[in-house]
Amino acid sequence: MTSPFQIELRDVTHAYRTDAGPLPVLDKLSIRMEKNSFTAVVGPSGCGKSTLTRLVSGLMRPDEGEVWLSGQRVTSPRPTVGMAFQNPVLLEWRTILQNVMLPLEIVSTGMSKSEQVDRAMGLLKLVGLEGFEEKRPSELSGGMRQRASLCRSLVHNPEVLILDEPFGALDAFTREDLWQTMHDLREIEPFTCLLITHDLRESVFLADQVVVMSGRPAHAQYTMDVDISGKRTLDDLYTPKAVEMLAILRHQIQVAQGRASSVDAPLDGHPTKAEIGAGA
Amino acid sequence: MNSATLRKIAAPVITIVAVLAIWEFLVWFYQLPNFRMASPSDLIPAFVRYWDLFLIKSWETLWRTVVGLGLAVVFGTLLGMVMGFSRIAREGLYPLLVGFNAIPKATVVPIVALMFVGQHDFNTILIAFMISFFPIAVSVSIGLSTLEPEYRDILRSLGASNFTIFWKIALPKTLPEFFGALKVAVTLAFIGTNLMEIVSPHGRGLGDLFDSGRISADYPLMFAVLFALAALGIFLFYIVVFLERIFAGWAERAPN
Repeated sequence: MTSPFQIELRDVTHAYRTDAGPLPVLDKLSIRMEKNSFTAVVGPSGCGKSTLTRLVSGLMRPDEGEVWLSGQRVTSPRPTVGMAFQNPVLLEWRTILQNVMLPLEIVSTGMSKSEQVDRAMGLLKLVGLEGFEEKRPSELSGGMRQRASLCRSLVHNPEVLILDEPFGALDAFTREDLWQTMHDLREIEPFTCLLITHDLRESVFLADQVVVMSGRPAHAQYTMDVDISGKRTLDDLYTPKAVEMLAILRHQIQVAQGRASSVDAPLDGHPTKAEIGAGA
Repeated sequence: MNSATLRKIAAPVITIVAVLAIWEFLVWFYQLPNFRMASPSDLIPAFVRYWDLFLIKSWETLWRTVVGLGLAVVFGTLLGMVMGFSRIAREGLYPLLVGFNAIPKATVVPIVALMFVGQHDFNTILIAFMISFFPIAVSVSIGLSTLEPEYRDILRSLGASNFTIFWKIALPKTLPEFFGALKVAVTLAFIGTNLMEIVSPHGRGLGDLFDSGRISADYPLMFAVLFALAALGIFLFYIVVFLERIFAGWAERAPN
């Protein structure tokens, strides 16, 4: 049995072994992502969101359940994945260009050296870092470093991009800038994206599908399809429809945190297009 | 020559000259005989008289120190890698290492001298090595064990091998700590060499020259040896600084 989806998690259950006994983090978590779609995962702190990224990238294997990527069971890391974290983890002894090209030293892409440089320079230009190729990471601001980190995660043309709160440590304006950059990047070269975030506005602005994870051990408590058509701008976050979506997500987070019951409707009487996710 | 370079050279030279002048003045002011305190001007005749001996003995001290330090670098780095990557090794080895490091090496000298009777060069190198590998091992192990997991993950998620991760990330990231430790180790290795030369005299190195100064009550010679040791120490230290600039210069922030 295979999976028709780009990414599929099927009843994934996982526990960490600690000194105080096993700590269950995921309980029959199921998520499906279409090719070139964008899924944002939100949830209370410590609900296993980062565990999810490690499972999809193959850095870890689940205790139970299956993780599928491009129709194959994930059992180990694979070069068709790109990752970026909250900490940009640039290598201080390399220039920005050398940092961006790091994955090309590991993954064989069949590109010649000059094609590799062109590829990296093209990405840097796209995110607005033209002219900073020869700088060291320490000479760049936090937002610029995160941009470079994004370039590095995309330089080897991955099918899947996994982002673990990459914008979490940035100031609000820089963050919104980078949201726009994400849209620009996807427009030019499509990829499937899994984003972990704490920011509900970010999830609605960027994603086609928002998954709310329950408290630990987590399952997919709620799934919302974000159908804002056309090119998104920040103004789209202030339409009544977006505000309603944000209210629903906020309510779902409160449910996940155990602070609200699932029967309380977020906005009285408003039926939503959102569907309850699998396993809820 | 621009003003920055001039400052870099002039500042230490002026400081050294000033210290020597104060020293000279104090010895003159208190009218100290040279067996209590030799003055810098007493040392010049000593250097002039024994310059050939100074060259030979300095070389003997220098090469044995460098070989001992070289061994310490190789062994310390390997040990640091083992302790940095394996928690069991770290927990198991730490008390042993700390205990070994706490033993004053002056007490080890006679033991080593008895164990390998007559192997003077080997013994000297051994002591220089034993006294200087500890800081290297500790700093390399700390550098490796504190590597943030994300650094590992960016390469591991692409399917990179452990060796690639070590070579491309862990090793270069540890270099600043390594050079910090090497600066400590280089002076320690010197102390080790001289311990052997002085505590177990065998006619080699600056320690031997010091000893002959002591035996023949040539106090200015003893002081002159201390100067030569200091000069060699400065020389080796700045070689390490030079290497650090080349290999870990990125860790130095540009002055604002």
